[in-house]
Amino acid sequence: MSSAPPVAQLRHVVRVFAGTPPVLAVNDVSLRVEAGDYLAIMGVSGSGKSTLLNLLGLLDRPTSGSYELGGVDSTTLGERQRCQLRGTMLGFVFQSFHLLPDRTVLENVLLGMAYSGVERSMRMRRAQQALAQVSMTHRAGFHPTTLSGGERQRVAIARALAARPKILLADEPTGNLDQNTSDEIMDVIGELRDHGLTLVVVTHDQQVAARADRIVAMRDGRIDTEGVFAPVLDVHHD
Amino acid sequence: MTDHVVPRRDRFGAQDVLTEAVRGLPGRPGRLLLAVLTVTLGVGSLVATLGFAQTGAHQVAARFDAFASTRLVAAPAKNIQDDHDLAVMPWDSDERALRLNGVVAAGLICELDSKTMVIKAVPLNDPEAIPLAPPAVVAVTPGLFSVVDASLVEGTFINAFHQENAELVAVLGANAATTLGITRVDNQPAIFINNFSLTVIGILDTASYHPELQDAVIIPLSSARNWFGLGTAGQLDLDISLGAGDLVASQLPTMLNPNDPSGYAITKPVAASVIRSQLSGDVDALFLGFGLIALVIGSLTTAAITSLAVMERRGEIGLRRALGATRGQIGAQFLTETGIIGLLGGLLGAAGGVLVVVGVCAANSWTPILDVRITVAATLLGLVAGTTAGVLPAIKAARTEPATTLQAGT
Ligand SMILES: Nc1ncnc2c1ncn2[C@@H]1O[C@H](COP(=O)(O)OP(=O)(O)OP(=O)(O)O)[C@@H](O)[C@H]1O
Ligand SMILES: [Mg+2]
Repeated sequence: MSSAPPVAQLRHVVRVFAGTPPVLAVNDVSLRVEAGDYLAIMGVSGSGKSTLLNLLGLLDRPTSGSYELGGVDSTTLGERQRCQLRGTMLGFVFQSFHLLPDRTVLENVLLGMAYSGVERSMRMRRAQQALAQVSMTHRAGFHPTTLSGGERQRVAIARALAARPKILLADEPTGNLDQNTSDEIMDVIGELRDHGLTLVVVTHDQQVAARADRIVAMRDGRIDTEGVFAPVLDVHHD
Repeated sequence: MTDHVVPRRDRFGAQDVLTEAVRGLPGRPGRLLLAVLTVTLGVGSLVATLGFAQTGAHQVAARFDAFASTRLVAAPAKNIQDDHDLAVMPWDSDERALRLNGVVAAGLICELDSKTMVIKAVPLNDPEAIPLAPPAVVAVTPGLFSVVDASLVEGTFINAFHQENAELVAVLGANAATTLGITRVDNQPAIFINNFSLTVIGILDTASYHPELQDAVIIPLSSARNWFGLGTAGQLDLDISLGAGDLVASQLPTMLNPNDPSGYAITKPVAASVIRSQLSGDVDALFLGFGLIALVIGSLTTAAITSLAVMERRGEIGLRRALGATRGQIGAQFLTETGIIGLLGGLLGAAGGVLVVVGVCAANSWTPILDVRITVAATLLGLVAGTTAGVLPAIKAARTEPATTLQAGT
């Protein structure tokens, strides 16, 4: 397992937000994400989870350190290449669903492929497959405003899946959902790993984190403990 | 990562930008309408202004052409060195001219030297009389009224009888009548010129081709010669049938003086309406300025509205970036949105401007004239105004950091 090259690797990554005083949001983090990993990132509010996820998602650049994604050192890439890498390799799910309200479910999923270079003739079929994966085929023609929160998040997941990313990055994917719906969504996400997707999930929720193979706990911008079992959770319970 | 190159047709290209921009527009219909309408107003007033200017110019030109092609003026030619007349107009020039084929009407006209004239509306030596800024005194033969297309408010024109008998009668130009305080002629009012009492027989309504007659006291040429010492017959104005100009011009000098036809200058008159059209140019400039200002306001409105939209759509922008959109693609989308607003405004404005021109022309039974290129250029001007308006919001949108916009909010 460790002999295969990691799909993503952070080395001594620092992210400082300028200001008075400057905020050291991510402080010397090194992290390996293997292909097929299911990783949860936990930690108290303000510990740097989202900042770390944004760095992994190429939505932000590290102040120092290096980040290799899919064998490419992303810190050497230009803006255009970073966008292409982001569009093809990474899928995102957020706490808020970010669906475009004036477009149907299907159109929202199609948008997920607009910037990723997926062959146009394939897009419709892929969108339908993605909707089937999240069991939303029957809502394809609906507008997001008519859907429940869980359904909306399913659509957002389908949108992320449509471009066939290697890694799915989810920042509090269940943050806006009740317990039952949260479980359903995590079931959907969990199934994706069976299709070879690498998962990184930021969450406050221990039950959500417990589904992962590996939990990274963050505190003050640093990785505090790395483990694969439940007792760790108790230590960092806030 | 496999570094395969995405075929151009599968990239997010110009067509996708256009599609996304069109789909993004109706988000706030009220605001969209406002932006489109302000651009419409600007482009519309520009098109209407230019349309009216063109129509007006054509109107004037048409009138002028109509005049120019059926009017001739004959006068003694001048010696270039000492400015002396090279010939004398015969007193019966009008009758001679009428013998020519193609001459419809002919009239002599000569302004008297007003410095030697004392003109009053009341009997001489009335101590109460207020000295007037004297009207001009113009002597004409009866045919002139028909040449200048004159009409009367009331009374009669000077006729052959008056001319033949050197009658002491006068037709007053409308302004001259006001100056002299004469409003009606049925009571046979008199005016006084150098102690001679003249009966006012008519008041002019229009004299389109010699508008200066409105300021004059018009008397028979024979009377001017008889009573006021007029020494020359002035110039001969002719109304000719269409197309007869060259023939009449070539034959008239011989008719005026068979022995020395070279002393006459035959010219086409310059219509006074041409001069008036230059005056309306100032008004055009005013409306042109108004149109430009409206267009600038339209552009600013569009910019403000789009700026607001960029703020509100930060989440959408962040999402698109997360999906792989470059800054350029985001900027292009917003720029295209304002471009479409401008184009819509341009199209509506051009159409509206044309409608206004056509409507006003129809109401006045003018021929609407509007260069098609103006409507095309105006539409493009709307596009330019919209696109310009989009530059700053587009930059703002492109600079939006996806990381910060994706976490909170909807
Ligand atoms: N764009 C920014 N500018 C300045 N400071 C920032 C920015 N983003 C995050 N921070 C700061 O960096 C630190 C880490 O923030 P981050 O959002 O990563 O925390 P988090 O662990 O995701 O918290 P939460 O659980 O509340 O989402 C915080 O102190 C935050 O205020
Ligand atoms: Mg966070």
